[in-house]
Amino acid sequence: MLLGPAQLVGLGGALGAVCRHAVASRVPAGEYPLGTLVVNVLGSFLLALVTVAGADRATLLFVGTGACGAFTTFSSFTVETVRLWEEGARLPAAGYAAGSLAGGLAGVGTAYGVAAVLGLG
Amino acid sequence: MGERPLVRAEAAALVAVGGFAGANLRFLAGQAVAGLGGTLAVNALGSFLLGFLVYEAELAGVLSRRARLVLATGFLSSFTTYSTFVLDAASAAPAVAVAYVAASYGLGFAGVLAGRAVAARVQPTGGGGSAAAAEGGDR
Repeated sequence: MLLGPAQLVGLGGALGAVCRHAVASRVPAGEYPLGTLVVNVLGSFLLALVTVAGADRATLLFVGTGACGAFTTFSSFTVETVRLWEEGARLPAAGYAAGSLAGGLAGVGTAYGVAAVLGLG
Repeated sequence: MGERPLVRAEAAALVAVGGFAGANLRFLAGQAVAGLGGTLAVNALGSFLLGFLVYEAELAGVLSRRARLVLATGFLSSFTTYSTFVLDAASAAPAVAVAYVAASYGLGFAGVLAGRAVAARVQPTGGGGSAAAAEGGDR
């Protein structure tokens, strides 16, 4: 292996973080934290796909732990949910919390479906 | 959006540096704590720290915009993760998955509130950068 685990995870993490930042700055910042929802669903799909596809260790470290791990975020999600809730938007806050989970699970399910169709894993 | 290319490149570089470190620390935590506990701890701790940073920005504003790009958008957002959380929940036994999701959400939200409570104690004046934990800071 040319790069060690720390380099693979770190470079993947840098890439994932920059992509997240790019998505966040392109999604219109309205009342609803749509940017975080998009990255979390998309990243969950990608992580599940490389995992079920049986990628090698280096790919899993770079794409999975590094890029997908950093592209998706839990802390922004919790901060945004608390903010929505305290602004009085309790239904949107609950919807955001449940929708992130449902979207993430749907992403994982879709990845399993895609992997089965493509004959991966 | 309307920012100049150099400003955007600088922001991307700052986010990348934070992302490199955050992903690595999460990786190390996952090796230190096996199973679901590692991601749970990382997400709870990261929510606490981001809660502190976000509300510190509103209540005190000691940190600069650049520092926040490195620490919040880069480091903490990469340190915590949603994809591993969801994939692990989907792969766990139903009862474990429900407990894991409830614990992650519960500790995450509680972490944000705790972070804000600490931020409310940071004094906006003084300029020392770490004037935290002052007695009775009113909100």
